[in-house]
Amino acid sequence: MDIFEYISLVFTDYTLRTITLGTAILGAICGMLGSFAVLRKQSLLGDAISHAALPGIAIAFLIMGAKNSNVLLLGALISGLIGTFWIKGIISKTHLKSDTALGLILSLFFGFGMLLLTFIQKQPNANQAGLDKYLFGQAATLVESDVWLMAIVTSICLFVLLLFWKEFKILLFDADYTKTLGFNTRFIDILITSFIVLAIVLGLQTVGVVLMSAMLLAPAAAARQWTNSLGIMVTLAAIFGASSGVIGTAISASHNNLSTGPVIVLVAAIFVLISFIFSPSRGLLFREIRFRKNRNDLQLHKTLSFMYNIAKDHENIAHPHAIKILNNFQGFTKKSLQKLEDKDYIIVKGNMWSMTEAGYHKAANLYNQQIDSPHE
Amino acid sequence: MSSAQIEIQLIASLVAIACAIPGTFLVLRKMALISDAISHSILPGIVIGFFITHDLSSPLLIILAALSGVVTVILVEFIQKTGLVKEDTAIGLVFPALFSIGVILIAQNANDVHLDVDAVLLGELAFAPFDRLIINDFDLGPKSLWIIGVILSLTITLLIAFFKELKVSTFDAGLASALGFSPAVVHYGLMTVSSITTVGAFDAVGAVLVVALMIAPAATAYLLTNDLKKMLGLSVFFGVCCAIIGYWVAHALDASIAGSMTTVLGVLFLLVYLFAPNRGLFSVLYRQRQQRIEVSLLTFLLHLNNHSEESERHVNHLNEHINWQKVKSKSVLNLALNNNMIVIDNDIVSLTAKGKKFTNEAIDYIITNKNSEIENMKDRFFLFRG
Repeated sequence: MDIFEYISLVFTDYTLRTITLGTAILGAICGMLGSFAVLRKQSLLGDAISHAALPGIAIAFLIMGAKNSNVLLLGALISGLIGTFWIKGIISKTHLKSDTALGLILSLFFGFGMLLLTFIQKQPNANQAGLDKYLFGQAATLVESDVWLMAIVTSICLFVLLLFWKEFKILLFDADYTKTLGFNTRFIDILITSFIVLAIVLGLQTVGVVLMSAMLLAPAAAARQWTNSLGIMVTLAAIFGASSGVIGTAISASHNNLSTGPVIVLVAAIFVLISFIFSPSRGLLFREIRFRKNRNDLQLHKTLSFMYNIAKDHENIAHPHAIKILNNFQGFTKKSLQKLEDKDYIIVKGNMWSMTEAGYHKAANLYNQQIDSPHE
Repeated sequence: MSSAQIEIQLIASLVAIACAIPGTFLVLRKMALISDAISHSILPGIVIGFFITHDLSSPLLIILAALSGVVTVILVEFIQKTGLVKEDTAIGLVFPALFSIGVILIAQNANDVHLDVDAVLLGELAFAPFDRLIINDFDLGPKSLWIIGVILSLTITLLIAFFKELKVSTFDAGLASALGFSPAVVHYGLMTVSSITTVGAFDAVGAVLVVALMIAPAATAYLLTNDLKKMLGLSVFFGVCCAIIGYWVAHALDASIAGSMTTVLGVLFLLVYLFAPNRGLFSVLYRQRQQRIEVSLLTFLLHLNNHSEESERHVNHLNEHINWQKVKSKSVLNLALNNNMIVIDNDIVSLTAKGKKFTNEAIDYIITNKNSEIENMKDRFFLFRG
């Protein structure tokens, strides 16, 4: 199936359109809220919450006896929130560290959820089939009303984000200062955490409990590499998230036996990989290039200062010397001599070199940046 | 109790012990979440191993899967070292990606692989006794019992052999490397043992619940003791108890054994979290309240010490001047009276000799920045605590 055919199919086919829209919206909201989670060093909170939501789904089903997805999501939301606040309680009231608290809540709630799920499966209730789609997610089960719900939640979330932008931002970067300014940090904290929980719960049906944390993290981690501004980061993360949703859906729809959730996560992971390597300011590639350049500059300086030490013993600094004498001490190369000549620091004639006035001045002030900088 | 039931409980207990030992160190080293990452990312290792061996309990599969656990740790550390993201983000990025690869591998080969993600993630202990190790027609018991038994004895041997090294490098990595134990070797050793344990346990209790068995007993024990050996002992004890109780709960409810084991662990943790002496929620809250009142008392006594005029020392004046609620001023006043710090004469409060002495000492400690000494002083002066 070629790509144009697929695009036209997205607009005509009901199921494909629903899923594409759904994953795109989900990616966007997860990207936006994930940025806050990553910057608040709560990356794994998402993992814990998504696992903690499972018993809520099971209990909601046990109480209602029906598989109305909104009710189940409400249950997930409540148990996710309980999990989150218990984590906060453990961290603040005991000496257990955050990693232990997260791991505890994650595994204990999930285990409890599993107990309930297996218990439900033994019940004589024909409705119970399909509850396990929340474990691994099934984007194919998305219907239009789910997408509408996601869209509404996303717009509410966007609205609140814009409304409390200043508060979120300041809490993110300087919590103590926020408190001294008189903001209710507790309220802001609860607000942002609740929205993160909400986004996770929305995504459970699509990508499932296990992979939800990556949906939250990956777009944000990728976006972080390209910018230092919160606004741009949130926007970029939303774009990355939405694109991973769309691309992931496309890949999984055009192959057999490829479940959507894992593919979306892998696409997001590729975004992260590309950002890690190619981001201009932080990326590994450009960092390595900068390192090399600095190292070469340093070598060059070393050669220059060695030449300077020879030249300053002579009355005439332009007195030529044999290139040979550099050899014993400096790992000079033809290229580095060429470079020094290009900068007019030395003149190479045959196998002799001599320093120029500019080179002498430069070498004399090599380690004296205060004199050096005005000339630059 | 049938022999299958005994075998199941035996396997569950051994898994619990095997998990509790590395779990204790993971919790102490603040690496609890690494176990979560490992438990998910062994999936591709298991799948690839399964393609090669077609046997879920072959040693090669266990080695491959454990290897993918170690690869996870290395990847996480590599990403973290680049400084592009924090450690927790690195963990959160690596394991879902590896897990996704595993899920896709399974889905792609669904036709010829009798392996499904549920089984790997959740395990089914109830079937463990049916997969038996038979050599020369001689029944040696369930295979998983042997696997976990071997892993457990390996873990215990390593624990005894390297206890000192583990202890030092856990609590003081700098000292450990100064003494010549390489913290890196200990670290990767622990990671390898954790990976192997996770893999060995996954078909008994499932990958996610291994995390519970590793972290929960250790965290519960950590709330009760500060002694490493006691903590190890307690977490093993908790693990085994929960394994056996969990089995019977599952038996009664006819539900997943692993799930009910975790639930029992959860209930146990909740109880300890709430009621543990010194570290439990209630005792922390109680202590915080006590300290709040005692600080108020100190403020009050300092106030009295500074003022000789009667208007400043009138009982009713407290409410307006120090801005305390009525209940609070009453409890502070009562505490002071009970401890013979003050006398109230005609609604005028004055310090007793003991109160004066206490206040002066407290001022000394405060101006010499030895606030912690005040706690000891309280022990000497107070008959009743707040």
